[in-house]
Amino acid sequence: MTETTLPNPVPPITPDTTEFWEATKRGELLLQRCTSCQSVIWYPRMMCPECSGTSLEWFTGSGKGEIYSWTKTRKGLGDYAKAGPFILAYVQLEEGPKVMTNIVDWTDEDLVIGKPVEVAFTPTEDGTALPRFRPAK
Amino acid sequence: MTAKYSAVLVGAYEHPGRHLPDTSHAQIHAEVALGAVADAGLTLADVDGYFCSGDAPGFGGLTMANYMGLKLSYLDTTEMGGSSYVAHVGHAAAAIAAGKCKVALITLGGKPRTGPAWSRPKNAPEYPFEDIYGLTTPGGYALAAQRHMAEFGTTSEQLAAIKVAASKHAKHNPNAFLPKEVTVEEVLESPMVSDPLHRLDCCVVTDGGGALVLVHKDVAKDLKRQSVSILGHGETIKHTGSGNLDLTFTGARWSGPRAFEEAGIKHADINYASIYDSFTITVLETIEDLGFCEKGKGGEWVLDGALEAPFGKLPFNTDGGGLCNNHPTNRGGITKVIEAMRQLRGEANAPVQVPDCEIALVHGTGGSIGNRMGSATLILGRESA
Repeated sequence: MTETTLPNPVPPITPDTTEFWEATKRGELLLQRCTSCQSVIWYPRMMCPECSGTSLEWFTGSGKGEIYSWTKTRKGLGDYAKAGPFILAYVQLEEGPKVMTNIVDWTDEDLVIGKPVEVAFTPTEDGTALPRFRPAK
Repeated sequence: MTAKYSAVLVGAYEHPGRHLPDTSHAQIHAEVALGAVADAGLTLADVDGYFCSGDAPGFGGLTMANYMGLKLSYLDTTEMGGSSYVAHVGHAAAAIAAGKCKVALITLGGKPRTGPAWSRPKNAPEYPFEDIYGLTTPGGYALAAQRHMAEFGTTSEQLAAIKVAASKHAKHNPNAFLPKEVTVEEVLESPMVSDPLHRLDCCVVTDGGGALVLVHKDVAKDLKRQSVSILGHGETIKHTGSGNLDLTFTGARWSGPRAFEEAGIKHADINYASIYDSFTITVLETIEDLGFCEKGKGGEWVLDGALEAPFGKLPFNTDGGGLCNNHPTNRGGITKVIEAMRQLRGEANAPVQVPDCEIALVHGTGGSIGNRMGSATLILGRESA
């Protein structure tokens, strides 16, 4: 594994996402389900992009999924300018949605589409935590 | 065939500069505007409809209309990233058909090479769920390329063939930023930017710009310049919806058929194609989605010189495209329309001019195929078509 130091940027929090980020402080990955059409949606917002319903309920996701796609970014920008090569990925959660994230604690053998992964929270300066994913144990 | 639109393209101009440290952002827009109206045989005083996008400085359309002194009855500042300017042609044609304006000007201009780099808007609701993880432009496209390879067996050699074709065209373009012909091996040996995309799978970063002029056919009758017909237009966006995205296809899957249906033509009728080429994977997915080959077979299809002018199956991007010529403002959609006009007017660089080029397809991609994108397709015809 190449040495990588990922930054932990503080997420901008909006009224759409306060509950989500509060849960990350407890190590929980919250998801939203539309009570009208039952879609599980990503990213959090005030309406269902499938049926336009505005009655959404939060629930705690399993934090499990598999790699849908990945790339080793050799040169980051902004907060990531000083990170070594890092892994940007889409993880498909067990509950359905594909979420953009980083894979952490990886070796080259882990970087395979379909590989099982699990959530690993990395704390930010304001006490919230970014949901990243590591190869499942 | 009869064009459904009452508007025709009569003017085009591409800024020759690729490195413009001493030219302002607004100057570039104004220089290309003057170039395009002159090409049409008009002046800026004739312009009553103006179209620009997020690359325009300040308040966009307001700022640039004021800078150039335009007197307008119609303004459209549609923002669809690099696909905006291809969409603008459809919007301008519709505005002219509705009598909202008679002479429409579209401009693009910028200086990402010598000016400040664009940064992602932090107030976007997706920002804390995408950009915060270090998303870069190549990174987004690389995610799509990786998935396409996994599902269909597409290879880096096949992607490289797209760059090779573009480079064979660029060597005939004296203004091209990368005029050197490259081999598949050279693409594969170039540094990895974001797996599986190498540096030479990525478009160039250049200053510059371009402009177009559309007019009502009644206005075109009095102009000496050869006009280009608008036969079909389609546009759409593709996004992540509720998190259910599929990275193996683009919005061309929807915008392409709309344009073909309007034009009433078949794929075999297309003599030349300008395909947005921010990355080699952008071209590969687009030609599949436009229906030039079966989904997943694009890699095999681009081999054996399929994209090379003048005699390939689908001669493309004969100016060298974004991969070799220019990509002003990091969103070069307008240059795609300009090269298609050159082909239809018989004014492309001689070695890459497609003989008897009567019908051309233009496709613009904006945003990123890695998350959300604009998509616009045009089918254009030679004046006689």
